[in-house]
Amino acid sequence: MLRANVFAARNHKEIVRDPVTLLIGLGLPILLMGLFSVMQKNMPFAFYEISNLTPGVIVFSFSFLTLFSGMLLGKDRSSSFLMRIFASPMSAGDYILGYVLPLLSIAFLQIILCLLAAMFLGLSLDSSILWMVGVLMIISLLYIGLGLLFGTIFTDKQVGGIFAIFVNVSTWFSGTWFEPDMIGGTFQAIAQFLPFVHAVSAARAIQSTSYTEAFIPLVIVIGYTIIIFAIAILLFKRKMRG
Amino acid sequence: MTIEIKELTKCYREKVVVDQLSFSIKQGEFFALLGQNAAGKTSTIKMLCGLLLPTDGDALLDGKSIVENQVAAKKIMNISPQETAVAPNLTVFENLLFLGRIYGCSKTQARERANANMELFALSQRQNDKAKTLSGGFKRRLSIAMAMMSNPKILFLDEPTLGLDVRARHDLWKILSGLKGKVTIVLTTHYLEEVEMLADRVGIMHHGRLCALGTIQQLMHETKQSSLEEIFLAYTEEGLC
Repeated sequence: MLRANVFAARNHKEIVRDPVTLLIGLGLPILLMGLFSVMQKNMPFAFYEISNLTPGVIVFSFSFLTLFSGMLLGKDRSSSFLMRIFASPMSAGDYILGYVLPLLSIAFLQIILCLLAAMFLGLSLDSSILWMVGVLMIISLLYIGLGLLFGTIFTDKQVGGIFAIFVNVSTWFSGTWFEPDMIGGTFQAIAQFLPFVHAVSAARAIQSTSYTEAFIPLVIVIGYTIIIFAIAILLFKRKMRG
Repeated sequence: MTIEIKELTKCYREKVVVDQLSFSIKQGEFFALLGQNAAGKTSTIKMLCGLLLPTDGDALLDGKSIVENQVAAKKIMNISPQETAVAPNLTVFENLLFLGRIYGCSKTQARERANANMELFALSQRQNDKAKTLSGGFKRRLSIAMAMMSNPKILFLDEPTLGLDVRARHDLWKILSGLKGKVTIVLTTHYLEEVEMLADRVGIMHHGRLCALGTIQQLMHETKQSSLEEIFLAYTEEGLC
């Protein structure tokens, strides 16, 4: 655990000392929340009300966790830094924890900053906020796992390109900006197959204190997270063995 | 012996990249492993560092098997890879501390070792600079200093002066010659003047096999050649090894 903590501290520093990326990851979701709140004031229907918007935007902000984790792992691989670490007595568990822990702390920061911005924009908070933070932290693991998977397979340069596609796919199919049933057909079927819309549904259900409605979407998200982590760890271990 | 290699073999499907390699390296020796590209040097180093599983054979690092007791073997050796392999957003001092800590040093111990290695590798002036701001020569120094943070008995240097200018290369040679006798060093390089300057003994690999082993003087005598370059060319000529 000591080695994992030391590695996590190093990874945390690597991420937070890249201020431009971090600023986009923390600032862009808040900016979008503000813009859509302004749009809502001029719209005839209530889709972008702050209570509906906040959970979706927070889940959207997690796509940057995929970028951070993928880039870091990809860079460590292409610079041979990971080779140096693989030659040390660290275990596979130490590596995975070392990459996940700092990203969880960034996810927590994203949640808190977005909630503070949402309060400023009129969101009223009650006891459901604690549940929401907990559920969102679980959802963040899905995005961290995807980043680790990308970083294990691709180089940091490739991860940058893949992120551009990923952020579009994960957002369009998430129901953050519009409900997939507004398009219906194959689009809706794909959205239901992927985990992103379930992540947003779970967060929205918790936000509206409909806790039972959060159960099935959350189970789907957790299932995806377990599968993605299992694949990432398996591939990572294969890389470790050369 | 610090390193005893016994019929070490690595195959990828039908292709044999390291073919029953057997030799020993003495404690404190500076050993240069030479060969053309794809001769099997890097695969050999990777197997010795526990980064690649041998298909067959074994190697003992200070008596610890790289197959049976890999964790113990990893604790006594370290590597400076071909690329600089430093954490770019960490300072020189933080990079060194990090390496010390993942090898189990306490904070105080890691600080002491970091200060000693910064002194040894002339990095003290740059200790608060981020690694990404260092020149190629300083990055190489940092990379080797990081490998020294675990106080290894065996140090693997994979092309440590690749891409460095003449001054930076000479500065690094001076530092490396200061390590002679204190640590067992296995060096791979394409710069033969580096080998003449530093190595106690040389091994030449060709097509995964060890073709030559000995001091430069011994190899000169055996091949009747007058320079290491001629020796190298003689041993790596197709059909001779």
